[in-house]
Amino acid sequence: MSPLVQGLLTIFIGVGGCVGYFFLSNLILDKVIFPTRSENPGLNINRANLVRPWLFLFPAMAALGLYLVYPVIGSFWRSLYNRSGDEFIGLGNYMTMFSDDGFQVALFNNFLWVLFVPASATFLGLLVAQLTDRLKWGNIAKSLIFMPMAISFVGASLIWKFVYANNADIGLINALRDFFGAEEPLDVLQVRFWNNFFLMFILIWIQTGFAMVILSAALRGIPEETVEAAIIDGANPFQVFFKIKVPQIMGTIVVVWTTITILVLKVFDIVYTMTGGNFGTEILPSYMMSYMFRDDGRATAVAFVIMIIVLPVMIWNIRQARAEMR
Amino acid sequence: MDNIAGTKSSLSWAVHISVVALVVLWLIPTVGLLVSSFRDRDAITATGWWLSPFSVEQAYRVQPELDGVTEDNGYSVLEGNLFGAEGSGEVSGFGITARAPNAASPGQVYARFNVDVEEPDGTIDDTRLELAYPVGSDPAFPETDDDGNRILTDTAVLDRSLEAQVNGDFRYVSEGELRRAPSLYVTSLSPPRFSLENYRTILFSNGMDVAFINTFTVTIPATIIPILIAAFAAYALAWMDFKGRGFLIAMVVGLLVVPLQLALVPLLQLHNKVGIGQSFLGIWLAHTGFGLPLAIYLLRNYMVGLPRDIIESAKVDGATDFQVFTKIVLPLSFPALASFAIFQFLWVWNDLLVAKVFLPSNSESWVMTVKIADDLLGSRGGDWGILAGAAFISIAVPLAVFFTMQRYLVRGLLAGSVK
Repeated sequence: MSPLVQGLLTIFIGVGGCVGYFFLSNLILDKVIFPTRSENPGLNINRANLVRPWLFLFPAMAALGLYLVYPVIGSFWRSLYNRSGDEFIGLGNYMTMFSDDGFQVALFNNFLWVLFVPASATFLGLLVAQLTDRLKWGNIAKSLIFMPMAISFVGASLIWKFVYANNADIGLINALRDFFGAEEPLDVLQVRFWNNFFLMFILIWIQTGFAMVILSAALRGIPEETVEAAIIDGANPFQVFFKIKVPQIMGTIVVVWTTITILVLKVFDIVYTMTGGNFGTEILPSYMMSYMFRDDGRATAVAFVIMIIVLPVMIWNIRQARAEMR
Repeated sequence: MDNIAGTKSSLSWAVHISVVALVVLWLIPTVGLLVSSFRDRDAITATGWWLSPFSVEQAYRVQPELDGVTEDNGYSVLEGNLFGAEGSGEVSGFGITARAPNAASPGQVYARFNVDVEEPDGTIDDTRLELAYPVGSDPAFPETDDDGNRILTDTAVLDRSLEAQVNGDFRYVSEGELRRAPSLYVTSLSPPRFSLENYRTILFSNGMDVAFINTFTVTIPATIIPILIAAFAAYALAWMDFKGRGFLIAMVVGLLVVPLQLALVPLLQLHNKVGIGQSFLGIWLAHTGFGLPLAIYLLRNYMVGLPRDIIESAKVDGATDFQVFTKIVLPLSFPALASFAIFQFLWVWNDLLVAKVFLPSNSESWVMTVKIADDLLGSRGGDWGILAGAAFISIAVPLAVFFTMQRYLVRGLLAGSVK
């Protein structure tokens, strides 16, 4: 059976199954288990309403539990076993990993990514949001800067491979160097340390649009009076921006910043396609992929390190959500 | 800031210019890829894509057919056109050796002579001399050769010569009989050329068509199924009262940031154990699971904002929760459903990680991202035209979705991040 037919069939079964499940389970609950036409319908309706939320929630919670909660525990458990998974070695994987040069390089690079990418993308996004705020063609400009969001990391990497190409007739960087009189083309992806930044530019290029869209909406939400009052008091545009607007959208800036930080900790595609982790560009997600299928113990240990780095953000998010519900 | 007197005009110019600069900067890489995808690989390596609208100077070797060689005074003469019978172009330079392929310009003769020279100590030696001179005039020999020996002009004997015109007509003269086709070197200006050749190659002989269909096959079910499951859960979390609701919402928020990496190994083992293995079914399930937190979160946030009156009056009129959900909440939540659908579509379409882990690693089930990253970049690393074409095929659909449904995408982003 061709995958396409299989796909159509899956849609049919999946959608039909979901609808059928929800419809039938509600029907059975109302007609069979707690029928409303019985001696005490009031009690039955109340009982049914106690169960019903769980009928609605069951498929989602089962999927979440199986595909996201279980793996957190499963991964941790697996990381305590050796490569083939038959011998318990405690924190052995973590020990060997922390003393591995490759891991240290990946950790350091990831640290650079986490520092540099969210900061630059948020800053640029804020800049564009502010600049286009009152522009007549601002929406077109925003839409074009937002566009890379739709492009895959692999596609984006290819796009930038053309920019970084080690050939003055293909790569813009080398064309510029050539224009300013450089003799030999330079493979920027092989320049130690700085090559990390060339890879980061790709993610910044993608994420600036995201930051811009959200910050631009936040800027629109600032009460007009505060800006007007500042202008009447003689504030110049820069003062208005930095002292009136930025403080009011600080909360949104933090949200954007953390969202991009989380993303940075997950993206392995760019490093994988651009350098394959060579020339000292490895980061944790790509380091993990290099062990995937080869040494599951080590791979899950790396994944768990990523999880621990993400943990503070997760706790902070949950707190925010709880505070809002109150 | 429209009302700051005096500063407006200069500042607004600065704003316009900097926004234009930023937009151009953001677009250049993509435009480069798009332009390159229409050029053949020789053109790509010959000149930058930014020069592609202009004529390209290309140097190459021509070996004309030997038909129609005539004899003249011990010399063979061959006449014809450097571009062949049907070709066209503009000769900008030519030569007869690979050493100096561009030594003469059209309208000139480029000739090699055997000539005697007199060395400073008086001994006579012979050497070769190559020079260009206008058609119809005599060659003007220099006084001395490169080593400083005096050239005895009278002894010069023509070895071979080539004259060529701008339109490509040439006349080649060579001493003795021509046995093999001579090698002539031409530099010509060829007009810019764009073609769909790369796309044809990549789609019909490279398996990209299979990858394209696979991407579709993975994406569509993985987009539709989580929406349905999430919508019911979101309704329960938004409008039903039960114990543990707060905890579940907090859990969904927490799961939003769980790194996917964590899920790969345990889930693959699980899939292997229950017999799904690496398959399309496996990747649909995986994407469904991974997409759920965002789906539930987005939809719940939206559903909570629906007017309470409508829902309560429906309930007073005797509608069950199931009816309220399907007849009122679901239709009203269309914008949020659309937002999530676009998110999930883009995310699944663009995904590399999940596809690498959950799909079989044979080429029949490669999706486009895997195909590009693992196959084309490796084996076709040097074929820039093919790479550009493939990249563009893979980003065309997301770009189309993006530009037609941007409104929903933005709305979804805002619902997900700004409170």
